[in-house]
Amino acid sequence: MPESLPDIHAQVDAVYRADAGRILATLIRLLGGFDLAEDAMHDAFNAALERWPVEGVPGNPRAWLVSTARFKVIDALRRRTRFEASQDTIAETVHGSAAATPDADEELPDDQLRLIFTCCHPALPAEARAALTLREVCGLTTEEIARAFLTSAPTIAQRIVRAKAKIRDDRVPYQVPSGAELPERLGTVLAVVYLLFNEGYAASAGPSLTRADLSAEAIRLGRMLVGLLPEPEAIGLLALMLLHEARRAGRVSANGEIVLLEEQDRSTWDRSLIREGISLVERALATRRFGAYTLQAAIAAVHAEAATPEATDWRQICALYAALLAVQPSPVVELNRAAAIAMHEGPAAGLALIDALIARGELRDYPLLHSARADLYRRLRRNDEARIAYERALALVKSDPERRFLEKRLRELV
Amino acid sequence: MKYICLGYIDPNKFASFSEAEVNAMMDSCFAYDDQLRANGHFKGGEALQPPNTAMTLRYTNGRVVATDGPFAETKEQLGGIMILEARDLNHAVDLISKHPGAKYGPWEIRPAADLGEMARQSEARRGITKG
Repeated sequence: MPESLPDIHAQVDAVYRADAGRILATLIRLLGGFDLAEDAMHDAFNAALERWPVEGVPGNPRAWLVSTARFKVIDALRRRTRFEASQDTIAETVHGSAAATPDADEELPDDQLRLIFTCCHPALPAEARAALTLREVCGLTTEEIARAFLTSAPTIAQRIVRAKAKIRDDRVPYQVPSGAELPERLGTVLAVVYLLFNEGYAASAGPSLTRADLSAEAIRLGRMLVGLLPEPEAIGLLALMLLHEARRAGRVSANGEIVLLEEQDRSTWDRSLIREGISLVERALATRRFGAYTLQAAIAAVHAEAATPEATDWRQICALYAALLAVQPSPVVELNRAAAIAMHEGPAAGLALIDALIARGELRDYPLLHSARADLYRRLRRNDEARIAYERALALVKSDPERRFLEKRLRELV
Repeated sequence: MKYICLGYIDPNKFASFSEAEVNAMMDSCFAYDDQLRANGHFKGGEALQPPNTAMTLRYTNGRVVATDGPFAETKEQLGGIMILEARDLNHAVDLISKHPGAKYGPWEIRPAADLGEMARQSEARRGITKG
């Protein structure tokens, strides 16, 4: 029975959303570059809109799209070579490869990984990696990416155009790094995924819907990575994202105000995400080759396991922060560790560590340092010092919910 | 999404072209347009006659004043417009970068604005109801 046109459109859209990244990944390998591959893929999707209503949806839509795209490229080059003799060699290459390997339409399992590693290549500027990954791997449009990053479409478009030109001009190899190169290159990929997650997670009010989608995309990428390359840190990052995501509903009140971990309604936490996150943490820890993402996930898991804030195992959290500091020395980690120690040993111990950070000139303009410090003074009932620290934090924060949160704390001091 | 692509040319540049050069340029542009059409990207377009055929109207001191010539006297002039169907802005950029016309002058690409909601509000203000 012929399906109705809107149904076919919805099906083509669904295939695009689910598989464009995989199809593109295979085409780039087969055609030797983004330019030909992308055009050809879009033309193949357009052909699907025309032909599927007549011919029916093929049994394997992805294979159909890949082979149609290849045909489109040969067709386009044939048209072009009529006018531009210089294109002869490219046409030869494509004709040649098409003829030599009749089953080349088949995708290789690591095609998608090739694409991810290329989009996150260290030769590209960091901001371009995120945009390129969202567009080429996740199938988002330029306009969607621009909305998510609260910037204009031409800004994102130019980033993507330049990144692709760089990949072409520098001849960035289209391959999955191996051996000694892998850990560092994987680190770059995971950094992009985590950045996307945080972009989506940080926004809590107002036009936050599209931004929550960014977190969903990051989790989708994280799952994809764990499926394709189950390295401990990839597993650790997925766990970390799931454990944060589990608390999304509880971290903002109905009227858009920030709710701190200790004040969150733990019944709003998503238990199934927590279970999945914890089992991933255990899997990553068991490899004994874990790093910073796994340790952060382990910390989030300890919080998630506590039925009440008072039941939190602060001793374990302090130990995990010490381990984290050993693999990833950073003032922000030190600050977090200081806050954990304040919970475990009392506010004075935490305050001493924060003051030591300040004495070293670290994080002086970091609002969270001043709000953490204010909080410890408040708990020590040193309200004047607390007030000064809250005011310092207030002068440094940028988002409205953060500002309202600090103002509320200030009012409560009196 | 629909993108309106404005193709600019420098009319003086073409004065020095031989007939064979003009033919080669036109053939390559038409061939690419055909390819865009075949893949559902070409949703319409027109080439424009030279700027000296243009009239510009302007509302000045409460009435419309007509002057001869184009709105802006610049070296590069609007030579044609194309309505392009593309998935997103980068796709439109890719498609137009391959257009042979890009060798002869700049293209400006802009998304078409959807005024549907504005039109509905306007109709409501004007008391027009549509079934």
